[in-house]
Amino acid sequence: MSATPAAISCRSLKKYYADVKAVDGLDLEVRAGECFGLLGPNGAGKTTTIEILEGLTKPDAGDVVILGRRWGSQEHELREKLGVSLQESRLTEKLTVYETLSLFRSFYVRGRSPEQLLEDLSLEEKRDARVGKLSGGQRQRLAVACALAGDPELLFLDEPTTGLDPQSRLQLWERIAAYKAAGRTVLLTTHYMEEAERLCDRVAVVDHGRIIAQGSPAELIAGLRAPHIIEFATEPPVDDALLAAIPGIGDRRQRDGRWLLAAGSLAQAVPALVEALEAADARLVTLSTHRATLEDVFISLTGRELRDE
Amino acid sequence: MSERQHPLAALTKTRLLEFVREPEALFWVFAFPILMALVLGFAFRDRPPDPVPVGVVDGPTAADISKALAAAGTVKPSPYGTLPAGLEALRTGKIALLVEEPGGLNGPIYHFDATRPDSRLARLEVDDAIQRARGRTDPAPARETLVHEKGSRYIDFLLPGILGLNLMGTGIWGIGFSIVNARLKKTLKLMVATPMRKSHYLLAQIFSRFVFLVVEVAVILLFGVLAFQVPVRGSVALLCFVTILGALCFGGMGLLVASRARTLEAANGLMNLVMVPMWLLSGVFFSSERFPKAVQPLIQALPLTALNNALRAVMLEGHGMAAVGAELLVIVLWGAASFAVALKIFRWQ
Repeated sequence: MSATPAAISCRSLKKYYADVKAVDGLDLEVRAGECFGLLGPNGAGKTTTIEILEGLTKPDAGDVVILGRRWGSQEHELREKLGVSLQESRLTEKLTVYETLSLFRSFYVRGRSPEQLLEDLSLEEKRDARVGKLSGGQRQRLAVACALAGDPELLFLDEPTTGLDPQSRLQLWERIAAYKAAGRTVLLTTHYMEEAERLCDRVAVVDHGRIIAQGSPAELIAGLRAPHIIEFATEPPVDDALLAAIPGIGDRRQRDGRWLLAAGSLAQAVPALVEALEAADARLVTLSTHRATLEDVFISLTGRELRDE
Repeated sequence: MSERQHPLAALTKTRLLEFVREPEALFWVFAFPILMALVLGFAFRDRPPDPVPVGVVDGPTAADISKALAAAGTVKPSPYGTLPAGLEALRTGKIALLVEEPGGLNGPIYHFDATRPDSRLARLEVDDAIQRARGRTDPAPARETLVHEKGSRYIDFLLPGILGLNLMGTGIWGIGFSIVNARLKKTLKLMVATPMRKSHYLLAQIFSRFVFLVVEVAVILLFGVLAFQVPVRGSVALLCFVTILGALCFGGMGLLVASRARTLEAANGLMNLVMVPMWLLSGVFFSSERFPKAVQPLIQALPLTALNNALRAVMLEGHGMAAVGAELLVIVLWGAASFAVALKIFRWQ
């Protein structure tokens, strides 16, 4: 056994549906004890991939090993060690939070008690509330609590914070970080860059059913030719042709009436930009710079934005 | 850990809680069959047949005839001033027969439509009453013994049918909708991702049915016995056995109906496809013997027909196990086959 055995390993995974190649030759290795993020836009194949790894969807081809076991013959044994939270699954609305947790706890031979789970996810006050009366954030925490009912070695979370308000998101992040700190493994999918940067030791960028880049968030960002972003707006607006002529500027895109320019060196790019704007009689309204994020990594890899909202 | 429940117990409890927290479900399972029995029971309650309305045309003997008819009690006379007025009433169906005796005591004339059974009956009753009133004596007077036995009334026929209908409805609806709903909301998929045994999930559906079954059967039977004195002549243990088999059978059919459906609409359509023919054919409201001979083997092979026949045999006729063996076999076969196929083709996601 190697020093860090793989919690998840899959090779040449394929899943084709009638009209789309959802997963198209995907290799992945997640080490025990790390939090790994599958990153990509909607429809990239993240959910199909995670459901294949969870043993809920059968791949058309490829090999999957989870915690040293395979789906099929060792399914039941494997399920005792996994926690799963699905995207958009709805728990029974007529049950209370406590009843829901007792039900899920009953499925596992070993696990955490409903009381512990309530405490873990700060749901004590909602103990006797019906699931139907919970807010979105509370429901999502309950879903994660259910996934933790068997005190799993490996936790799968499919878009755990999609649609949540910032505070609920923060609460869940804390809980997932605490779970990982106890030496467990997490595989999550997300299309929030911030989530991946905060939680994940490593991420894989998925697009069209393949992994197009993988590594730690810092590595991926450092791998960009232009690790800085200049964000500005002018009055009147300037057009792309003007910006294309400025030396030291890489990818250019617009969002909310602002330009975002990727640059290798700020010392070179910013004076050149200011000079070009003055020459064009465009007055700067705002100007800021920041380090590139995973979002910029995704854009430089695919030429598309990650979020469609 | 001690706080862990057995998964089968936890799943069964979950189903029960879901059910009792759904007021509509409670109404359809418990209140609806009773309302139905109540309405139908009163609509078809025992009472003497209404006197047949007849008309008497004005004439010298009209008053005497009316008096004789009223005294006999089996027909209800009303006077008409002229013959055309009486004939008009006859033609429009207000009366079944018109009596006329123009010129006094020379024998009545009866106007009626011989193709109408109530008119022919009125002819006999009216003539009998008039002839007796005028002094006819019968050479061999008849005596009457009126039969009025509990167990042969419509409500007695109806109640076991409603019991069977309810076992079918709650089995198929109760199990079918809950499963399709869980599939639709992906709760089923979420549970499949845990070490839950799939057989536990399906068994819990059936087990939770037994708890409702006890209440549901007790409520309907007690209502029938207390409100209408419907007899339970056979053994109560056998009656329980028959209802349990019936509930299992329809539980299995509920699983089968819900085994593939992905939407509530699809499930609803399938349930109607299964249940509506049995509502009509299986002798719930009227005897299935009324359908043509050619289709009888088909009708008798339906599980609800078998269940209704067995319930009636035990409740009304006091038959034992041997007499309902064939029916029980039909019920068991349907249940076992449905359950086996459902397990085989069940869609867990």
